[in-house]
Amino acid sequence: MRKPRWLAAVVPLSVALVITSCGGGEDDAGDEGGGGDPQKNENTEISIFGTEPERPLVPGDTSETGGGKVIDALFTGLMDYDPVTGEPRLANAESFELTAPDEYTVKLKEGWKFHDGTPVLAKNYVDAWNYTAYSPNGQQHASFFAQVEGFDQVNLEDPDGDGPKTSPKPPTDKLSGLTVVDDHTFTIKFSQPHAVFKTKTGYSAYMPLPDAFFDNKEAFLDKPVGNGGWEFVARVPGQELQIKRYEDYQGDDKPKIAKVKFRFMDADAGYVEVKGNQLDFLDTLPPSAIAGNVWQSDLPDRADVAEVLAIQVISFPMYDKKYQNPDFRHAISMAINRQEVVDTIFEGTRKPATGYGIDKLPGWEPGACGDYCEYNPDEAKKLFEESGWTGPIEITSNADGGHKEWVEAVCGQIQNTLGAECTFVPVQEFSEIREAINAREMTQIYRAGWLADYALVENFLNPIYRTGGSSNDNGYSNPEVDAKLAAADSAPSEEEAFALYHEAEEMIAEDMPAIPLWNNPSIYAWSERLVNVRMTPKRELDLSSVEIK
Amino acid sequence: MTDPTAAATGVTAAQPSESYVVGAEHAPGKPGKPRSLWSDAWRDLRRRPLFIIAGAVITLLVVIALFPGLFTSADPNLKNLALSRDAPSADAWFGYDLQGRDIYARVIYGTRWSLLVGVAAALLTVLIGGVLGIVAGFNGGWLDGLLSRIGEVFFGLPFVLGAIVILSMFRNAGVRGALPIVGVVVVSLGVLSWPVAMRIMRSAAIAAKQQDYVKAARALGARPSRIVFKHLLPNCLAPVLVYATIALGAFVGAEATLSFLGIGLRDPAVSWGVMISDSRNFVRVAPHMLLFPAGFLTATVLAFVMLGDAVREALDPKLR
Amino acid sequence: MRRYVLRRLLQLIPVFIGTTFLIYLMVWSIPGNPFAGMCGERPCPDAFIATMTDKYNLDDSIFVQYFKYMGALLSGDFGETFSGLDVGELIALRYPVSVRLAIVAVTIEAVIGITAGILTGLRGRGFLDNVVLVSTLFLIAIPTFVTGFVIQILLGIQWEIMTPTVSSEGNWSELIIPGFVLGSLSMAYVSRLTRTSIAENKRSDFIRTANAKGLPQRRVVLVHMLRNSAIPVLTFLGTDIGGLMGGAIVTEGIFGINGIGALVYDGILSKEGVVVTGVVVLLVIVFLLVNLIVDLLYAVLDPRIRYD
Repeated sequence: MRKPRWLAAVVPLSVALVITSCGGGEDDAGDEGGGGDPQKNENTEISIFGTEPERPLVPGDTSETGGGKVIDALFTGLMDYDPVTGEPRLANAESFELTAPDEYTVKLKEGWKFHDGTPVLAKNYVDAWNYTAYSPNGQQHASFFAQVEGFDQVNLEDPDGDGPKTSPKPPTDKLSGLTVVDDHTFTIKFSQPHAVFKTKTGYSAYMPLPDAFFDNKEAFLDKPVGNGGWEFVARVPGQELQIKRYEDYQGDDKPKIAKVKFRFMDADAGYVEVKGNQLDFLDTLPPSAIAGNVWQSDLPDRADVAEVLAIQVISFPMYDKKYQNPDFRHAISMAINRQEVVDTIFEGTRKPATGYGIDKLPGWEPGACGDYCEYNPDEAKKLFEESGWTGPIEITSNADGGHKEWVEAVCGQIQNTLGAECTFVPVQEFSEIREAINAREMTQIYRAGWLADYALVENFLNPIYRTGGSSNDNGYSNPEVDAKLAAADSAPSEEEAFALYHEAEEMIAEDMPAIPLWNNPSIYAWSERLVNVRMTPKRELDLSSVEIK
Repeated sequence: MTDPTAAATGVTAAQPSESYVVGAEHAPGKPGKPRSLWSDAWRDLRRRPLFIIAGAVITLLVVIALFPGLFTSADPNLKNLALSRDAPSADAWFGYDLQGRDIYARVIYGTRWSLLVGVAAALLTVLIGGVLGIVAGFNGGWLDGLLSRIGEVFFGLPFVLGAIVILSMFRNAGVRGALPIVGVVVVSLGVLSWPVAMRIMRSAAIAAKQQDYVKAARALGARPSRIVFKHLLPNCLAPVLVYATIALGAFVGAEATLSFLGIGLRDPAVSWGVMISDSRNFVRVAPHMLLFPAGFLTATVLAFVMLGDAVREALDPKLR
Repeated sequence: MRRYVLRRLLQLIPVFIGTTFLIYLMVWSIPGNPFAGMCGERPCPDAFIATMTDKYNLDDSIFVQYFKYMGALLSGDFGETFSGLDVGELIALRYPVSVRLAIVAVTIEAVIGITAGILTGLRGRGFLDNVVLVSTLFLIAIPTFVTGFVIQILLGIQWEIMTPTVSSEGNWSELIIPGFVLGSLSMAYVSRLTRTSIAENKRSDFIRTANAKGLPQRRVVLVHMLRNSAIPVLTFLGTDIGGLMGGAIVTEGIFGINGIGALVYDGILSKEGVVVTGVVVLLVIVFLLVNLIVDLLYAVLDPRIRYD
């Protein structure tokens, strides 16, 4: 994976960022004040909607939401994110100081234990990170250590992609940049200054692992052992997973309730069960509940909309010659009447995008996209004809998750405005598109979404639109944009940085490698017996504040 | 089965009628017209109300399928979000769907594809099953054993599962365009259903093989192909025909089920199954999106099943 | 008789091999990399792919793969899904629900179907006969998913008589309505078959004799007529049980039943060949065995039928 280039003076930004977002949306009516019933908190088990984890429950290998929910409950990292504001704050770390431009020193809080009673020490972090980064272990989050010194010695790329040749074995399995100083202290050295690293450590890639993991992996896979506020109890594959409060947890966010069960089902069944109070929490309502806004009348005080760090776009495969005319791309964007789709398909629950970021990001101003994101059929038609496009326009996406409806609507608008045939090409599973995207073999415009790792506009731009960004899938590359982003990364003050990011957005809109459509809020619902319900910006129930009445 | 070449009445009429006392039940009928199973059946069918109704419905559907433009001038694929989910009105008799498309127009155009799938799949099944059935039944021996075993292998495959697997195979191969998609669905239906047709044909062939006239033909030195085509085939056709008509209805229903699951027909081929599937989330607020396609689907399948029923009763000598 | 059973069991084997190989071939040759998308938004690391390929023998030819798989199967190892769950466990968990559903469906269709068939078969043409004929016609014509769908919406959501989805335990009472939906199509066939069969036998000699002997009507019907009319109905019910478990995908999907239908459907879509093949193998065995049992029952029911 190519390393994005982070420059030095991002320091003031990362430390001083205050995010003014309300991660939990409007305050939940009816949940003010009153707490739960302490008796019930101790004895009643609540059930939460989930999906079957796709991989074994190892933090360095879990990148989808099904497993992510469980990992987030079982583990606590060096930092975590305030559930309401999203602001990063110290968790397992006592201090996390930049002791040199390219080095952090981390000191852990004392007295923290894993669920099997062993203490959480510096070596647990270092061992876990080495394990994840070492390429023969096949952990999905290996690339998250790309900036640490010594990464290229533990992680070697397969010379021919997915081909039959086996990848070479890396020379060592330990990152040279990680050093254990004493039981509770370790240092991280980067090959280049990378201050944002501190904010990222709340993410599942950076969790510690107990010695038990290395002594007996099989046992760990059957019963994961973490250091978070919840410990693993039991699991029925394909059906449910139970966790209970870890009594010796030292963190500030120790949960008030004691027993939780994740139940795996599909969202339609989940909605019905929440309605009937058989399921306690559902984090995303299915299209069947959103249609006609029936959820509002079905669940008057038990549902709400939450802003999530996500944006929906459709992306052009820039490596395909067909799509290389910017007039064509602008024409498509101006042929879409975003408001109309939001009103009819989404019942008004979304906001049309006017830039590449979303509201609630600190320092973000709307309108970077300007006219290009405004519905303008005449201009669209003019540009379309100038571009000389022939043949049908095809947009592809996975058909489930309510995507079929809006892509068809968008296609309809494009066809009506531009007069060219537009077809929606569905695939059954997202994985099929993912494969072609990874191989840079897409020939159609494709739906792309972005769920940010943390609340910074930088995370909406750098990984996707910078040359060689870790999620730059469509091959977009503009050296001027790269320079602007680099300047923003190293700007001396926040205001200057945000202004520069805004300029970068405008430049990206000029090129329009992807068309921003709207944000992706989450409508969530809960049963009658829960109080103090709120969602974290990661689209999960905040387990530390919820109570049972 | 009666022998179509037995021309009983013709012989009687040639004799001078005053030479014999002929009982009323043996009075010569219309001279020269042999009574075969088929003409008997047709005569019977014409009098059944079930057949007449079914026949009328099917004829109407065929006309709709061939000339949709006669029934509606709207474009079934024209989307207009401003009209999304509007209820039935004078402009659009069946209302509009989520994308603002005219439901009446879509139902009319959907007839074409649904019928096409049904007819083509039935034809394919009967062809494959019929040919293999006659070959197996007529030849007997190891060939029969082999073909029957192969039939059992396919028979053991659960239908819906097999269809999903086959259709997933093709879907991933990137089939585009209305006709190829229909073709794929037809092939998968045929591949999974031919064992039943083969069994029917085979048992009919075995039964027919025992008949005297076949033995006589063989004794006279007729080639196997002559025996098969001239003697066996006409007599085995009846049960297969009954099966084919009922199967046609079942195939139309099966295609709707597959489209409902999301793996059958899809845009640009409009199908009632797809329309029903699309209406899933909106039934509570816009029931017309479900009602009309479901109604047409039911009516079509019903018509074919009734037809098959009537044909079976007409052709079955035991029920006379 | 014993030799017949033995011969049939032996004949089962090539069919079993044929069907399972066919399924294996189809599932594993679905184009597309089965490991794509398992790693979320990012491409999978090579080491991951290498481990998985080795685990599932994907580098061998399809025949070798099949043999290795069957070998493991016969010793009870159904393999593991891509996410590391034991397939055998998964199947063991979900199978009972599907079996329960199938039993409920068959019971409902047998009871209602045979009763309706007897009543109409005995009475001959009349009002009841026409009602049954027309209603069965409708049941045959309306596809299962429409029936299930409409019933779910009417009873579950509009009128709230039942819970729209079945809970994960899936106990007997919850399965009655889904069972009814599942069996509705077959119920129509059963009643027609029974009706035809009884109508035929009504005029036979042994029934006339029984009536002439002065036996009570109930005995005539239940002991003599039913036993002789049962054969075609039994054949149908037998093949139905076998087919029901595999074909319940749609019903299970609509009512949210945690059975093997949903398991297989998800498995096909996510290209989990192990799951699909494992379940289908089981279904095929059940199907073939049930067929065998039905054939043997013939001999019990009808003394004229002799196997040797």
